[in-house]
Amino acid sequence: MRAPRKIGERRSTSIILAASAWLVGLIFFFPVLWMLLNGFKTELDANASPKLFFTPTLEQYRAVTSETPGLLGFGEAMMNSIVIVGVSTLIVMILAVPAAYALSIRPIKKSRDVLFFFISTKFLPIVAGILPIWIIAKNLGILNSRLVLIILYMGFNLPLAVWMLRSFFKEVPVALIEASQIDGATLRQQLQRVMLPIVAPGLAATALLVVIFAWNEFFLAVQLNAVDGSTVPIWVTTFVSTRGNFLAKLSAASTLATLPVVIAGWIAQKRMIRGLAMGAVK
Amino acid sequence: MEQKVAKRPTSQEAQHKARLRRDRWIRRLPLLPALIFTIVVTQIPFLMNLWFSLTDWKITPPVPRTFTGFDNYATLFTNTFFRSAVWITVLMTVAAIAFSVLIGLGIALLLDREFLGRGLVRTLLITPFLIMPVVAGLVWNTQIFHSLYGILNWVISGIGLEPIEFVGRMPTWSVVAVLVWQWTPFMMLIILAGLQSQPTDILEAARVDGASPISMFRFITMPGLRPYLELGALLGSIYIIQVFDHIHVMTRGGPGSTNIPYFVYQRSIGGGWDFGQAAAYSTVVVIATIILATYGLRLLGGLLPKEEHA
Repeated sequence: MRAPRKIGERRSTSIILAASAWLVGLIFFFPVLWMLLNGFKTELDANASPKLFFTPTLEQYRAVTSETPGLLGFGEAMMNSIVIVGVSTLIVMILAVPAAYALSIRPIKKSRDVLFFFISTKFLPIVAGILPIWIIAKNLGILNSRLVLIILYMGFNLPLAVWMLRSFFKEVPVALIEASQIDGATLRQQLQRVMLPIVAPGLAATALLVVIFAWNEFFLAVQLNAVDGSTVPIWVTTFVSTRGNFLAKLSAASTLATLPVVIAGWIAQKRMIRGLAMGAVK
Repeated sequence: MEQKVAKRPTSQEAQHKARLRRDRWIRRLPLLPALIFTIVVTQIPFLMNLWFSLTDWKITPPVPRTFTGFDNYATLFTNTFFRSAVWITVLMTVAAIAFSVLIGLGIALLLDREFLGRGLVRTLLITPFLIMPVVAGLVWNTQIFHSLYGILNWVISGIGLEPIEFVGRMPTWSVVAVLVWQWTPFMMLIILAGLQSQPTDILEAARVDGASPISMFRFITMPGLRPYLELGALLGSIYIIQVFDHIHVMTRGGPGSTNIPYFVYQRSIGGGWDFGQAAAYSTVVVIATIILATYGLRLLGGLLPKEEHA
């Protein structure tokens, strides 16, 4: 990333602009920081007038991760989320890679139309489908199971994955593939030896975005799996209580729930956006 | 003899055609699993929904489902609650997109230069986008906006003003504020990608010719950014038009914050149990979204360069 200081700009101007960037960054990050801090406070401290300095405690983390029989526990929600997100992401990638290949490297006829169909499914409001989905799931006996969310998360992430992967695959030089073909490489060898090394970062970025959307999904999870197979977002909402103080506990739970995805997003930030933005513009 | 000679090329042609057809199918094959899965999972529920909308079907009190044609649609637009849900959906989507694109543009311009800790600032800025929507709604509701515990009200009373019950007093704008907080980073990153793909030689030439920074921004940067701004607005609206999580944890769809998705939810599995009527509402949403999407996809069609078919 190259961003030269604008030539002819005065030094004081550039210092002011840099300071403003820092200020805006800190303002946007503040709610997250506040949540993080509150998770290390006692309920008393968290519910007092806002304080930056306090004696940190792990009390809330212990409280939210302790299991109460009959209630949705942290371990159970975490396990459900990991299995649902992991399995659905894996299958999404397995289906999306060949599809993106057929839309970019050796494009079929009408590949644009097919791509548009994929994107157009993202426009359909999920809420309009929830009723039939609920009825189908109930009849199949998969309501409150991991399976139902795995299938649905695949359904809403597959178009996104195809879209992103296609843009990464477009960057593979066709000449390189043709050369390997002339050298007698089979399709599998072409995929493994020629393409994989080039598109590996794109694959990782796509998988991460799919993970983020699946991990954060709440609507389908709470409608279909409120009793069993509940995921982490549902677990977080269980800490909102109408009696007693819950701010610190809610903050600790929120931190635990968001941490995996925030860290993954920090690592993949540049590529993720390139996949989304460049895919459409280039 | 002559017949044979004439025949041979045709049989060859047929063979050639068969091979071509086989080749086409081999090319299509990798696409089929994903395509069929997407069609089954995304299209079947909507077709079923269309059928439900033509029936009278209530769970409480349980009455047998009967076909009623377009009865459910007849009452649709006279329902003031539905009309208000339509208005709130439009307002929320337009306001959230407009603010997040504008603020995102401002921040992207600030970040498009070298300064100490630029990577770190970008990392801080993208964090809201990664936060689980449920958590974002809860944190803002209980720790920022709250009239007793919220830090915003602590600041307000610090300067001697009365604390404001933000979520209760202005539910629409409270939800919009959280949406803007979450989507500004996304817009910022897409616009930043656009800024960094600007042709530096043209900017350089304009600078040498003595163009002012403002006119350079207006005549060089902005036209180049247009596809990025449009893309960001389009992708954002796909998600924001469907917002449910924030509303669910912040206001539970209280007055002034029920958008269409939340309204449909309330009328069906969220307690109303009038499946036929709810299906009609959501069918209208689908039709409205299709109209919007057709425009949006045409926009994307303009962004995608024409592909040559091999």
